[in-house]
This record gives sequence, structure tokens and C-alpha cells, in this order.
Amino acid sequence: MSNKLIDLMNITKSYGTQTVLDDLNLYIRENEFLTLLGPSGCGKTTTLRILGGFENPDSGKVIFDGKDITQLPPNKRQLNTVFQKYALFNHMTIEENIAFGLKIKKKSKQYIYDKIRYALKLVNLDGYEKRMPDSLSGGQQQRIAIARAIVNEPKVLLLDEPLGALDLKMRQDMQYELIRLKNELGITFIYVTHDQEEALTMSDTIVVMNQGYIQQIGTPESIYNEPENAFVADFIGESNILSGMMLQDRLVKILGVPFPCVDEGFGQNVPVDVVIRPEDIDLLKPGEGSIDGVVTHLIFKGVHYEMEVLANDYEWLVHSTDMFPVGTHVSIHVDPFDIQIMKKPESEDEEAVNLGE
Amino acid sequence: MANKRYLAGPYLFWSVSFVIIPLLVVVYYAFTTDEGSFTFANLAEITTPENLKALGIALLLSLISTAVCVLMAYPLAMILSARNMNQSSFIVLIFILPMWMNFLLRTMAWQTLLEKTGVINGILGFLHLPALEIINTPYAIILGMVYNFLPFMVLPIYNVLVKIDKDVLNAARDLGANPWQTFLKITLPLSVPGVVSGITMVFVPSLTTFVISDLLGGGKILLIGNVIEQSFKQNSNWHVGSGLSLVLMLFIIASMALVVKYDNGEETSAF
Repeated sequence: MSNKLIDLMNITKSYGTQTVLDDLNLYIRENEFLTLLGPSGCGKTTTLRILGGFENPDSGKVIFDGKDITQLPPNKRQLNTVFQKYALFNHMTIEENIAFGLKIKKKSKQYIYDKIRYALKLVNLDGYEKRMPDSLSGGQQQRIAIARAIVNEPKVLLLDEPLGALDLKMRQDMQYELIRLKNELGITFIYVTHDQEEALTMSDTIVVMNQGYIQQIGTPESIYNEPENAFVADFIGESNILSGMMLQDRLVKILGVPFPCVDEGFGQNVPVDVVIRPEDIDLLKPGEGSIDGVVTHLIFKGVHYEMEVLANDYEWLVHSTDMFPVGTHVSIHVDPFDIQIMKKPESEDEEAVNLGE
Repeated sequence: MANKRYLAGPYLFWSVSFVIIPLLVVVYYAFTTDEGSFTFANLAEITTPENLKALGIALLLSLISTAVCVLMAYPLAMILSARNMNQSSFIVLIFILPMWMNFLLRTMAWQTLLEKTGVINGILGFLHLPALEIINTPYAIILGMVYNFLPFMVLPIYNVLVKIDKDVLNAARDLGANPWQTFLKITLPLSVPGVVSGITMVFVPSLTTFVISDLLGGGKILLIGNVIEQSFKQNSNWHVGSGLSLVLMLFIIASMALVVKYDNGEETSAF
């Protein structure tokens, strides 16, 4: 997890008048599980396709292992892709699918045979050699697509929303499977998804993207706990995003009420965005917390109850294992370290992150 | 469910009255003499040297035409399928536009174009180039067949090609195949069904045509279709005509069975 393996430098890509990527800079280290996360149209898939060689950037460079591969066609690149809809060769058996890349590289019969056995074992599909792709379930087809890619011993595996077409249970199983695979293979995974839970579960590093810009790069913990702007906060998990005023270091005014926090260095009386995760809100008896309010909605979610509390004209989203029936008068309390302060967007570029949607 | 079956009624009526019954009539004529007694003589007519020659030429010309159509249609269909929807539907439109014109008219237009004193030779003469003398030769017939039946080859091939997921081709490239290898190992095998239906749709009408050979062959080159036409119209011998038709039909069924079998074989070996 040390050396830079891939360096994307000043990548710009437009389709017609629409700019999909605008001056994107990103590096990926060896052995990293890096996830490009964002809503559809944020440029994450385009970034992956540029890495795979299926698209050429309008400007910028792709450096792979110290070499400029920007103009190299896909078949000359030392990376392999797992496509969203598997993209298996339906006119070939599983065996022939997996052998495809190796046959092109003119490997020996014995080598190919061993590789097929090894790959099928790795994805837990022993004995499927002679089956046709059509006869497999979606999850199995996806695992074959992975097997087909990894037998070529790529340095990097690109995965384009590979679990998107699977049902929830299968998706969760496959997440663990992918982590295991990555650890066994010891190669770099670059994973594209719009599913924040998937990203949080699997990644070493998450790159949050929106409208062609990188919003934040960080570990799952830092992305979740310390979102750098309102977009990231909103996209990763549920949250209460409020406008606030930084009164002074360690004190922010939200909805007219001062809250102690742990952030410093914003200056005095500076407008800021404030993020408070629903699970970080404690509901106390009226008068005991910072703002009093009344429960307006209550939904049982399994692990927790989801409630909305109307306080100072704001509907607070609250997750709690305790139930407070609708109409209960409560008081909202938030611990200082659970309050996340973010700068308001300034430049036009950053405007893109605004919660327009 | 039961009610839906009645929806097939009109078609059923149609096919019984205008396909099955006429077919039975053809079979009846084929196996009877003028006096109405049973005979194989009509079918055996095919073995006369003239008729065998007509069948041979028809087979040869329609095979050549089909091959030319495949060679022309496949690259075109590939180009079309690689384009975006709006562009390609426009080009497809241009391609099928001639089909909106009457078949007979189109063929006669070629006759006018190719004539010794026709439009093409007029232009060539004006440019002091040697005249093109292909009217009333097998080349003109092949030209007519290709011209008339090419769209029937383009469309089915185009249809299978556009349905191939671009990511499947990307996957092949990703796994190390160059564009040519990707074509040979992925695109071509996946497009076989389209090519097969294209072949069927070009080969069958080419083999049975008599209009094209009449107009562009100048009546000098007899195809099996012309022989059958003549036995009905000139010789008024429905029995021989029916007999030859039946033989030709069996021939088509056999060759189609061969193509389909090859196609299936391809699929089962590849699948």
C-alpha cells in the first residue's frame, strides 16, 4: 500500500457539450481497494473506461507503473475489467470464456487448464467448466466474469458496478467474496459503484465524485465521519445538513441555538454547513437538551427506529433504538464531537457540489 | 387463452385457401398425366439435359449472388451497427428505399441502364471508354439478383450486430484480443444466425427467379425458374411445370435444412 501504481493527471473528457470529467487528478497505490463512488453521471464510469482504454481522454495523461499508457489500446494494458452486465461470451462454455485471454496470449494447454481450475476454485464454481453462461445465475455469471479477468494476472482489476444487477442477499455475499479475492490475489482493485454501503464495506480508499469533480478522497471512516462538504455528507448515509454560523472556535450556532463543537480555525461569525448524523442525536426529556421539539414521525426499521423531530422549524432525522411515539415532547442533544462543520461552497466549481438535486 | 386462438382464424383461413390447397393441387398435377393417371414422369423431367443445365446455372448464379451479397452486406452492416441510432437508421432508410419501388420496375430500369445503347454505355461512349457489354449475360443476371436482394441480406445481419453488447466486444479487447481477433472470435460467431437468415432470404428468391433472367438475360439464359414458367405459359403443360416446381421446392428445403443444420452444429459446438 505504498507505491503509486496509477496516476491520472489532469484528465478532461467531454461528450459533445457535456463535460464529464474536468481536470481530474487521482493516484492509485499498489494493493489498494479504491472505490469511485458517486451518483449516475458523476464521471466515475468514464474514469474507469479511460483506465481500461475504452475511452480516450480529451486531455491529460494516464501513467501506469511509470509509463504513459494514455494512447495504448485496451489489449496492450496490464489491467482487466469486470463489466457491469458480466459481458460473458455466450457462444462459449465457461471454460472457453476463462481461457479466452490465455489462448490469445498463446499459453500452453497445461497452463490454461491449471489456470481454469485455479480460477474456478477461487470463485467457488468448481465443476462448471462445460456449462454455458446462459445456464448460470447472475451471481455465478459475475463470478465467472471475475475468474475470466484474473487468470490473466492483471496488476489491476477494474470493476464497473459488478454487483449492480444482483439481489440484496447475493450482493452482500459477493462483497465479502470480493474482499477475500482481493486479499488472496494481492492486486489493486478499482471499483465503481453508486452504492455507498458497498463502498464503505469494501474499500481502503473511497473517492467521492459528483459532476466530473472529485469531492473527497479518504478512508471509509473519514468519508463517513468527516465529510468535507454537504454533498459528501448527503450522499454517504443519511444526515441532517443545516446552515449554521461559526460563532468562535468550538462553538456553532444552529437554528438560533449555540452548540459546543470541536472544530477550530473557521474564524468568528462565519457561515458554515453543519452535518449531524441521525444516529448521533440523543433524545432527552424536554428541557434537558439543547433544543426542545416534538416527534412527528416514527418508523420501525429493524435495527433501529427512525423518527422525525420538529424543533425550531426543522425536521430532525433521528435514529435510535429507543422508541418515542408520535407526539412525545423531547429535547435534542448532540455531543460536541458528533457535530461536523464544513465550509460553505465558494467557487463555481464547488457549487457543483451543492445539493441541487 | 382459448379466445386468443380465434385471432389466428383469418391467417388460418388464408393459409389453407391460398397456400395449402394450391400446394396440394401442385402435388396432384406433379404426379399425374393429362389422362389423370399416376406417374413419376413429370418429376423425372428434371433429368433432361436442358433442365439439368437450367437448374445448374440457377444454382450457380444464385450461389454467386448470395456470396456477393454476404461480402457486401456484412461490412456495411458492421459500419451501420457501429454508428449511433439516428445516423444508422438514416443509412438503413437509404438502403431500403429502392425496395419501395416495384421489383419489376427496378429490374427494367437496370435493363435500360445496361442496354447496348443504354444510359451507362452512353456515358462511357461520351467519355471515350470501351462499352460495357454485360446485358444478356450471366453477369447482368447476377447484378440484378444482388441489386434486388441485397437489402434482405443487410437487414438480418444488421439486426444481430446491433444486438451484440458493446461491452462483450470491449471484454474481448480487454482480455488481449486485437480488433481482428475480436471480430473473428466474437463478432463473427455471434452474427451467424443473422447471416443464415440473410442467406435464406437471398438464396431462395435468387434460385427461383425468372423475371430477372428474363429481363437482364434476354431470354438467352434459361434458369430453372424460366423453364417452369415456360412449361406453364408457353407449353401449357401444368403437369411438367408442377413436377419441376416440386423438385425445386425439395431442393430448397434440402439446402435450407443443410444451412440450418450447419448453423445449429455451429451453435452446439460453440455453446
